[in-house]
Amino acid sequence: MLSFKGTLTAELITALLGLVERKLDLLEPQAQVRKRVFNVVMECLQNLFHHTRADEAEADEEGVVVIARTDMGFSVLTGNYMDPASVEQLRAHLDRVNALDPEGLRDLYKNKLADGRYSPVGGGGLGIIDIARRSGRKLEYGFVPHDARRTFFSLNVNVPS
Amino acid sequence: MASYILEGTPKTPSVLFDDSTGRLELKGRSIPENSIEFYKPLIDWIDRYARDPRPSSILHVQLEYFNTSSSKCILDLFKKLELVRGTGNEVTVLWHYEADDEDMLEAGEDYQAIINIPFKMIQIEEVDGK
Repeated sequence: MLSFKGTLTAELITALLGLVERKLDLLEPQAQVRKRVFNVVMECLQNLFHHTRADEAEADEEGVVVIARTDMGFSVLTGNYMDPASVEQLRAHLDRVNALDPEGLRDLYKNKLADGRYSPVGGGGLGIIDIARRSGRKLEYGFVPHDARRTFFSLNVNVPS
Repeated sequence: MASYILEGTPKTPSVLFDDSTGRLELKGRSIPENSIEFYKPLIDWIDRYARDPRPSSILHVQLEYFNTSSSKCILDLFKKLELVRGTGNEVTVLWHYEADDEDMLEAGEDYQAIINIPFKMIQIEEVDGK
């Protein structure tokens, strides 16, 4: 449906979301599914935006996003380089989210929202939980060590239709 | 104090906070990368409004989309309205959701569970001004 590799800006995210919205209108008859895919794409793009800063990104450190139609619905795949020191914390968060059923995810979301410690600038805390709620499937992820200061993180989110 | 009025954009909602009637509206999409920047003036406005509010205030929330970055800011806005209610004034949140959007209804219920303000869930056909 759409793929992109490069450095994201706020304007570019607006343009990509507009494109995704128009394609979804053509491809997916169910409004709830269109909205879930749009929400997942938006959160994933904004995660990339917050975690790959333009001033630090080198040509080979850009983020990637691939949005595809699959047999079961839609797949939103994103990838970016991250600090190896943060890998274990992110992995623990993803594993915790993947271990929960929908009610458990809802409770975790409410607790994180209400506890006052969440930073609206991002950090993937609420974002990952929201993505998991919209998906209804287990999040697929991988970490590939690149060198001493970079690990490649990839996240695949399936949204059933 | 003056009303707070903002036109909507593809990533930010239209805002109409009217201190003369106590009618507050948030409509459209709230998906900016930097939500604090957008919501700070709104929260500050309610802070000032809380000093001399109408006896009855109604916040109409009619969002088609909001991101997790906005969700915390929207909570902060509700918390300011809790203070208005705490001083003996009536405050109601009318949470609108599109008929086919169960997720938006759940999002409203999540806030309802956290915030001490009466919520009314209102099903609509389509968010205004799409």
